[in-house]
Amino acid sequence: MFLGRVVGTVVSTMKDPNLTGQRLLIVQPLTPDLKETGKRAVMLDAVGVGAAELIYWCRGRESSFPFLPAEVPTDNTIVGFVDELHVVEGK
Amino acid sequence: MILGRVVGTIVATRKDPRLDGFKLLIVKPVAPDGKDESGYVIAVDTVSAGAKETVIVVSGSSARMADGCKDKPVDASIVGIVDTVSLNK
Repeated sequence: MFLGRVVGTVVSTMKDPNLTGQRLLIVQPLTPDLKETGKRAVMLDAVGVGAAELIYWCRGRESSFPFLPAEVPTDNTIVGFVDELHVVEGK
Repeated sequence: MILGRVVGTIVATRKDPRLDGFKLLIVKPVAPDGKDESGYVIAVDTVSAGAKETVIVVSGSSARMADGCKDKPVDASIVGIVDTVSLNK
């Protein structure tokens, strides 16, 4: 799983029937020290997050598991809010 | 999932029989602000997307969960046509 911040939303009318009712959000991936890294991606929301929130998300086939038994075609899903983050300096 | 713009079509007569009937489109990835990104992807269209439309592309094994793609040799599917993208600020 990876850290990210919600930076926008996508609206789509014509979509896969299994995506009906799902929120599509744009997320900027972040490093553990909260610097931007990588490209922004479109993700589904499994927890009900809001704009500009710090979240973590999972990637791949597993990202459709929060919506089981529905087979939702998603490869990125927001699975939690970040309350606090502690990073130990050094290796 | 990524955003992309439909830039072309693929016609293939000889192909895996499980791909019969699928529309294959060439999609150029775009950033949420509309700028082109590098590379391209060939995706199966499940929502009747057209040329120059902005679409949502799902890739990897999740692409097989798109409508009608179960057990098909597919690793990228178009699962939505984008109406609007709004960014914070």
